[in-house]
Amino acid sequence: MRGITKRYPGVVANDHIDLDLRQGEIHALLGENGAGKTTLMNILYGLAVPDEGEILVDGQAVRIAGPSDAIARGIEMVHQHFMLIPVLSVAENVVLGEETMANPVFLDRREASRRIRKLAGRFGFELDPDAKVESLSVGQQQRVEILKTLYRDAQILVLDEPTAVLTPAETEEIFVLLRNLAKDGRSIIFISHKLNEVLEIADRITVIRRGRVVGERRPAETDDKELAELMVGRSVQLTVDRGESHPTEVMLKVEDLHVRDDRGNEVVRGVDVEIRRGEILGIAGVAGNGQDEFVEALVGLRRVASGRVWLNGRNVTGASPRQINEANVGYVPADRHRFGLILAFPLTDNLVLTSYYKPPFAHGLVRDGRAILAAARQRVREYDVRTPSTEVAAQTLSGGNQQKLIVSREFGGDTTLLVLDQPTRGLDVGSIEFIHKRIIEKRDAGTAVLLVSAELDEVLELSDRIAVMYRGKLVAFVDGRQADKNQVGLLMATGGATDETHEATGTST
Amino acid sequence: MDSFLHTINGIPVLGIVFQFVEYFLNALPFMSRVAVELAVPICLAALCGVMCERSGVVNIGLEGIMLTAAFTGWFAEAVITGIMGPGTPTPVFGLTVPLVLALLAAIIAGMLLSLLHAWLSISVRADQIIAGAIINIAAFGMTGYLNTLLATVSLPVTSNFTALTIPSAVSNIPLVGWLIDALFGQGPIGILMVIIVVVFQIFLFRSRWGLRTRAVGEHPRAAETVGIDVIRTRYRNVVLSGALAALGGAYLSIEATNGFQAGMTQGRGFIGLAAMIVGRWTPLGAFGAALLFAASQAISQTISISPPTGELGTLLDHVPTQFFDALPYLITIVVLAGLIGRSIAPAADGRPYQRESAS
Repeated sequence: MRGITKRYPGVVANDHIDLDLRQGEIHALLGENGAGKTTLMNILYGLAVPDEGEILVDGQAVRIAGPSDAIARGIEMVHQHFMLIPVLSVAENVVLGEETMANPVFLDRREASRRIRKLAGRFGFELDPDAKVESLSVGQQQRVEILKTLYRDAQILVLDEPTAVLTPAETEEIFVLLRNLAKDGRSIIFISHKLNEVLEIADRITVIRRGRVVGERRPAETDDKELAELMVGRSVQLTVDRGESHPTEVMLKVEDLHVRDDRGNEVVRGVDVEIRRGEILGIAGVAGNGQDEFVEALVGLRRVASGRVWLNGRNVTGASPRQINEANVGYVPADRHRFGLILAFPLTDNLVLTSYYKPPFAHGLVRDGRAILAAARQRVREYDVRTPSTEVAAQTLSGGNQQKLIVSREFGGDTTLLVLDQPTRGLDVGSIEFIHKRIIEKRDAGTAVLLVSAELDEVLELSDRIAVMYRGKLVAFVDGRQADKNQVGLLMATGGATDETHEATGTST
Repeated sequence: MDSFLHTINGIPVLGIVFQFVEYFLNALPFMSRVAVELAVPICLAALCGVMCERSGVVNIGLEGIMLTAAFTGWFAEAVITGIMGPGTPTPVFGLTVPLVLALLAAIIAGMLLSLLHAWLSISVRADQIIAGAIINIAAFGMTGYLNTLLATVSLPVTSNFTALTIPSAVSNIPLVGWLIDALFGQGPIGILMVIIVVVFQIFLFRSRWGLRTRAVGEHPRAAETVGIDVIRTRYRNVVLSGALAALGGAYLSIEATNGFQAGMTQGRGFIGLAAMIVGRWTPLGAFGAALLFAASQAISQTISISPPTGELGTLLDHVPTQFFDALPYLITIVVLAGLIGRSIAPAADGRPYQRESAS
């Protein structure tokens, strides 16, 4: 790709970017969110049209006006959000758009299944072509995505943050697969903002910042510190110094909690846990093991099937979200668009969502616009929310700034308990650093913190104690400072069913 | 035997049930035929809905499309008859040149109206419910108005399609004879419907067109990333589906009856939508649901034509006919409330698709 430039109203997403990819190479594209990685790849895949620049494949300039042009050149993309259709079978998903036909009208399903099995076998994994995609684990779905590209005999594979949703073990398996593909002569572009992964898998690394290429490195000649600086443009503290914790009295106590999901299945199956003031309890677990429902039950968004929740010695089982909120519990939901913010509302209103009805923001039925504005300005300044004004709609902000907005609302005041569900999901290194520091600050100020995250690194870095959640239960408690990543990863994947993990739980509790 | 029947029929309360079962079994061949006839327009509307919604476009304008096609079919036949003369009907189906051309005109009218819906929902990205409602209101007003105007004009006498007579040798075959008679003892549109149900079912789940249609209706972005043209797929399905609803409308004015009345679809388009949902967006399911709805009407018709005797007759005399009219809707509520489990719509149903950032 040569001199690629793409402008959107108000921003230059790609500013004369040059990128070359050699055969059989894994080339990592590293950059913060909004740096222009995805735009660049959308251009390569024909989902966006560049304003300037050209794309050359095998030395020849080509025009790529749509995905079908890209596919015709052997370019395939695995999107960050899976492009799979849950209700269709693996085979149907794989052949879609490039169907194996028995005749001009009807599909040849047997031949399709045969080819899929053969292809999967060649790269060392197994998949049932007739299984519905919705019944597969995330790691298996990722393989279906890669299979789709192989089925089309892709020579150039673009993977957009392929490990974002995987467990460490699944990530390792995908890495093995990617190396096999590279050995097979295929070229891979690996997009990520995770430094350690990039260093592990890539042959070459290109760093992008604000739409420009700011450096190209080989993993052997660089380290995570340098890459982070290139990415952010200043020196970054990669791991927060969590310091010593000084836990005092028990703030949250949960006894034998059972919660059902929307379909009525019991997904939290007897959770017992205590969190003290001044400590961070991290919950590690593969997504979908009941963490979301557990958190929702704690903050009053979901009915408790049975069990007790005590907050500061008071029974709050089945309390409403407002009652929980008025007990000074801060809550950062996993999905900031659906639950944390009202996207169409201005920042001012979003910042008083939990307190608009009481003084100083309201007197009886009348809102006090001046007080709301003053508080909003102060919070935006204090939490470094980058915004043109406090009156713009929340949806105009970047993900990192939206999250800072929520954090500023929920962390403000004298919080007794903070419930954080995926507090840094999808954020860039700079924002993560900022939010992590604030979490430690709150802990040191005497708040009890419950941290749920699918990012094992985050849990390991911040937690004083780690609980592993597996199929609705907390199967193990591990000391946060002595925890070993592989052991916790194994517990997440197996729930401690194997021999090694018994040992692990024995030593660390 | 008779005395045995007489004895069990005399049992209090339970006897009524026996009487009903006997009456029902006796009336079944007649009733099933009526039910299939009543199901034809409902089913065709439902198939139109399935084809649209599987590709991700909600179409509540079925009623309007049917009404327009019914009017167009009848009016075109009258006009063409006026120009060309009535012609001699063929012995089977009663086909005449004006009649066949009228059917084509009805189909074209339905497809044009669907094209309007496609344009509003896909290109303009208007609210699809509103677009459908507009089509219904406009069709109701226009056909009613034109019909009033035409009432003062004397139009040539028209004929309609006639039903196939199943030889009694076939219809008397034990167990299946009545079924053959019910399904195929119909005019060309009715028989066509049975064929379409089967063909559509196979195509939707076995053909490339079917796979792509389902993909576009479930996850259009995913479909686009593998090179499928979402917009074109949706247009094609919506326009083609118009022909199905149009067949349903034409059935009313040039097959089941021989003429047009204002509002003659009487909510069949909406019942068709319900049949589509109850049938879980599959052609066979839609057909089954349409039959279910039609059966309740068929029961009421059978009872009014040949009322049962004895206590059962006395009892049914006290049931108002409106009850049977309301029955399809009651069935819909009961069925949707959980008898068949959850009926899940295509994921992208009703959501307009916009290509991302392509400029």
